[in-house]
Order: sequence, then C-alpha cells, then structure tokens
Amino acid sequence: MQKFTKLSGIAAPLPLVNIDTDMIIPKQFLKTIKRSGLGVNLFDEMRYDDDRNEIPDFVLNKPQYRDAQILVAGENFGCGSSREHAPWAIADFGITCVIAPSYADIFYSNCFKNGILPITLPQDQVDVLMKDAEKGSNARIEVDLEAQTITSSDGEVFSFEVDSFKKHCLLNGLDDIGLTMEKSESIAGFEAKASAERPWV
Amino acid sequence: MSPKTLYDKIWDAHVAHEAEDGTCLLYIDRHLVHEVTSPQAFEGLRMAGRGVHAPDKTIAVPDHNVPTTPGRNDPKNMTEDSAIQVAALDTNAKEFGIHYYPVSDVRQGIVHIVGPEQGWTLPGMTVVCGDSHTATHGAFGALAHGIGTSEVEHVLATQTLIQKKSKNMKVEITGKLRPGVTAKDITLSVIGATGTAGGNGHVIEYCGEAIRDLSMEGRMTVCNMAIEGGARAGIIAPDEKTFEYCKGRPHAPKGAQWEAAVAWWKTLFTDEGAHFDKVVTLKGEDIAPVVTWGTSPEDVLPITASVPAADSFTGGKVGAAQRSLDYMALTPGTKLTDISIDTVFIGSCTNGRIEDLRAAAAVLKGKKKKDGLRAMVVPGSGLVRAQAEEEGLAQIFIDAGFEWRLAGCSMCLAMNPDQLAPGERCAATSNRNFEGRQGRGGRTHLMSPAMAAAAAITGKLTDVREMM
Repeated sequence: MQKFTKLSGIAAPLPLVNIDTDMIIPKQFLKTIKRSGLGVNLFDEMRYDDDRNEIPDFVLNKPQYRDAQILVAGENFGCGSSREHAPWAIADFGITCVIAPSYADIFYSNCFKNGILPITLPQDQVDVLMKDAEKGSNARIEVDLEAQTITSSDGEVFSFEVDSFKKHCLLNGLDDIGLTMEKSESIAGFEAKASAERPWV
Repeated sequence: MSPKTLYDKIWDAHVAHEAEDGTCLLYIDRHLVHEVTSPQAFEGLRMAGRGVHAPDKTIAVPDHNVPTTPGRNDPKNMTEDSAIQVAALDTNAKEFGIHYYPVSDVRQGIVHIVGPEQGWTLPGMTVVCGDSHTATHGAFGALAHGIGTSEVEHVLATQTLIQKKSKNMKVEITGKLRPGVTAKDITLSVIGATGTAGGNGHVIEYCGEAIRDLSMEGRMTVCNMAIEGGARAGIIAPDEKTFEYCKGRPHAPKGAQWEAAVAWWKTLFTDEGAHFDKVVTLKGEDIAPVVTWGTSPEDVLPITASVPAADSFTGGKVGAAQRSLDYMALTPGTKLTDISIDTVFIGSCTNGRIEDLRAAAAVLKGKKKKDGLRAMVVPGSGLVRAQAEEEGLAQIFIDAGFEWRLAGCSMCLAMNPDQLAPGERCAATSNRNFEGRQGRGGRTHLMSPAMAAAAAITGKLTDVREMM
C-alpha cells in the first residue's frame, strides 16, 4: 500500500452533504476486475454530460482543481454502497486526503486500505477549509499525519484525531493481511475453542 | 458480570485477538461473496500466493450483473464486461474450492436472500460480504455487515477482520402496526427520523412489540436498511420464529447439534440494564405507509403528505433538498399522490422474498396495471420464484401485466440491462433512491411491495389503504 506521511496540495471544495458512493463511482464502472484506471470516471455523472463532454461547472473540471490532491466535503461522505471502487477512483484521480465533518463507516475504513487519509473535523473547521479551498490554486493546504495537523493557506493550524493503529499502517504503508498472519496462532487457537463450543458453525 | 447487549455478546464470542489499543481480530463465521466486489480480492490472493483460509465457510453466488431474462445461462446473452465478471467468479470459486451457486442453479439469487434460505446464516454468527446490505442477516441475531474489497481479501486469507467495536444503539418500535403498514414502512420511518448518518459508528438493535410481531422476512427488510441509516449493522434478538425459520434448512445443524445450537441461541438477548449509547423509540401506531420524495433514503414522508420545500430544512440539508427537488423534477406543495410514475420495480434484497411477493399479489389480484406503465417483478432467488409459481402468485403478476423475471439484483442498482431511462420515474421496493442509482437520470421513489403494487394499478403514488 502507498504510504501517507505529509501532503501539501490543492483542495477541491465539494460542499454537499451525503455524497454517496454511487455518485463517487456509478455502477457501470464496477464491472472491472482491476483496481486501477477508475480516476477518469470519478464523480462521472456529475462530471460529464450525456455526450461524455465535461461539465465545465463541476469542480474537478475547473482548470484550478484538475490537480487537486485533497477533497473538502459535507457530512456523511461516502454513504451507501460498500464499493471499494470509490476510494480506488479517488486515489486514481490523485486525491489522497478527504476532509469532512463525518463519513460512512465502510467508506472510512476502505480509505485506509488504499493510502487515503480521511480526516474528520468539526463543521466550523471544515467551513474554514472549504472557503480556503474555494481560492483554487492560490491556496495550498498542508496535511501532516505524524503531527495530526492541517495547515490552511493562511497558516491556521487544525488538529485532527485518527486511530493509532490505522495511523501506523498508513504512515508505513503496511499490508493488513501480512500483519494479521503474524497472529495466526491466535486465530488457530480461537478456531479450536470455537469448534468445540459451537460445532455447528 | 455487567449486563451486555446482544451485540456485546456476539462480539465477545468472536474476538480471536485483542491488541492493547482495543483493535481486535474478529473471527468470521460466514463469508458471502458475489461477482462485483470479489475479483480484485481473489487476484490479490493469487499475487501473494495465498489460499482461502476457510473455504467451507465461504459461499459465492453471482447476482449483481446477471440478466433476469431467459437465456442468461449463455454468456453471449450478457454484456461482455458482465460475462467477464461472472466468469471470474466461476473460476475463482472452482480454483479456491468455495461453495458456489452458479447462474444455472435454481438456488441462485441475491446473496442476502440465498444465505438465509440455505441455512448458511444462523443466530449468533458473524457474517460479512462485500456488499453493504449484508446487514440483512442481522434479522437472525447474527452480527452482519458489509466490507470493502480489501477486507474481502483479508477475510478470504485469514477468516478474520481487523475491527474496533462500534457503539450500541437501540431502536424500539412499540405497540402494533396499523393495517397497510409493513416492515418497509418501519425501516424507512426510522431512517426518516434519524437521518442517513444517524446510525454512523453504531450497531442498531431493533426491538419492541412491532418488531417481535414481524415475520423473519419482515425482520430481514428492517435490518437490510440499517446501512441506509448509517449503522454498521442492524440486529434483532433471535426467538422461536427465528429457530422455526432455520430448522431443516440445508446447512442448519441437525439432531443433537441443533439442540445445542438452540440452547446457545436462547442466551442471545440484551440483558436487563445493558447500556445503549443512543436510543430511538417510535410508536408502531404512528407509522404510516411511506414513500421517499428525494434522493436520499432519509427523504421519507407519509403517502398522505406533500412534496416539501427546500427551505423547510436547515443547515447543509437546504442545498441537498433543492438538489433533490431539481433532480426529481418535483414542485414543493404537490401532493405525493399526484405524482405519476412510469415504472414499477418489485424485488431486491430488501423486498424480494416470498412474503413481499404475496403482499404485492394480494393488492394486484384480479386487477391490471395501468396502460403504458412498465412493471416487473424480480424474485430474490430461484427458490422464491419457484414457490411464487407454486402459490399462484406468478400468474397474478402476469395477469396484471407484470413481467415475471428470473432472480437477481436487477433494477435495484441497474448493473444488468434492467435500468431506468433518463427522466423515467419508478416506484421501487429497493433500498436506494440516490441520483442515477437505477439508471442515469432515473427517478426513484422507495416504498413497500404493497404500495408499489397499488402504484402500478393507478399509475401514481398511491395510498394502499384505499385499496384494502
């Protein structure tokens, strides 16, 4: 997995609540058997018209946000379907950090498996960063995972919380499966006990 | 010992390892797999030279992509990319030796309908699937939730998930439901009351007399949409109805093991005095038949209401409501019963079970759908379909002018050819009314099977109570 340590980048503002994973990546792009190449279809139905022309008003089509690495959004980001194609599309576009007041659970954990840092901040702080993001390429937002801080283009610093284990994995780009396999004795022990207690399982 | 919730008990019974910071390895009893969210996971195993840790606990069935029209056993009758995904599942199931119900098998269907039907889902189990509607299985008193593809790979490789415990939330529905009100109305009304983020970070236990009174099918409908309320899972304590449903299913325990299982299952309830972090209570008699008007499942109103104005909301929801109204092409103040529809879709993991088809058929019996309206019934599994044919329900649908389809997810998410055209308005028994969910530009109103059947007859959103 890609590490995430520090990031200094342009942030795209998407001030909508309840952005669902159907919006992030519509179902017609779930028919792939690969993880890569979905960035071009990120927010597809908001980004392109029926003739596949770009809709100029959509934030990621604006010249100043084409290289955005951060997304600032409204509450309950990533709700709906569990499709990991959503974080795959976000990462493939080049966005590795999302800032929002809250996330849907499955999307939130999917991000950490794909080198994306989803940051939760109170609404008033998200509002400040949303305004900052609206300045376009003049505003670079800095994210430091080790220090757990975000610095706005004006130098205002916000601290954020993140689970220590998830942080450790993201900072070091660790593979969950490898880590779990180190605990295979615990798993085998559990299986022996469980099959004695609940043999019907 | 301090009193525990049902969720606490199942959680505690499945912790294989706990780190100092509370990060746990949760052991998974049943892993359900479908064709859309698994190919990358199997490919990951292959690349790393890993196998499936517990193939006997892993069950696969193609459902999202498959056409629901005759001739679908021939891959030529699928779009090329769908055929590739289904073929990949065929290959992966064979190569890794997991249980499999191919498209040609009468037991094939929507994974969340097949699991309980075959007795794979049992009380007290942990059940996961790369699909958010895995919450359905919580109806059995199982801890069941959706996972991403990386987690699918993790469960395939280790039979565990890295998890931290969620909070406990209680949703109690007291008293009795009024006539014409169903499990779907309960679950939509709860989301209407709590919002789509109301359950974030929580596992919901549904309880109360109105929940107890529901059949297993109804309980599955309620738990199915726990995810739409943001919850990690929904769960209902098992009881005699649960045991009765499970008994004799192909993969349910038999003989002495059955007795031992039931004895343990009877301990699976929330202890008196157990702590809930959040409690929501609705009165059963206050719940009306409801429909959604917008593009979020929280946009719920009784069928007797009118389309709301955007400025009747607060905060970020004002903009979202305006966006919904624009997308749905609705004018505030319009009576919901004045909204005309083009299509009716009855099916999905929310409402594709036999009881749902019975409820819809009861409304449709001896009647016809409105001329020009497109109407289809997609049974949740091949066995539901067969049972509905045996009970004469299929004929009622056909006589009413409905298409009688083969099993699959179909127009719930429109990954197969069953899609709405831009601007087409649908009365749907599925679970999501998101923009583009049933087809780009398609407009979805969620409701119960009986309400969808009523809408098919009149061609408008309709209060089913007026037809009873």
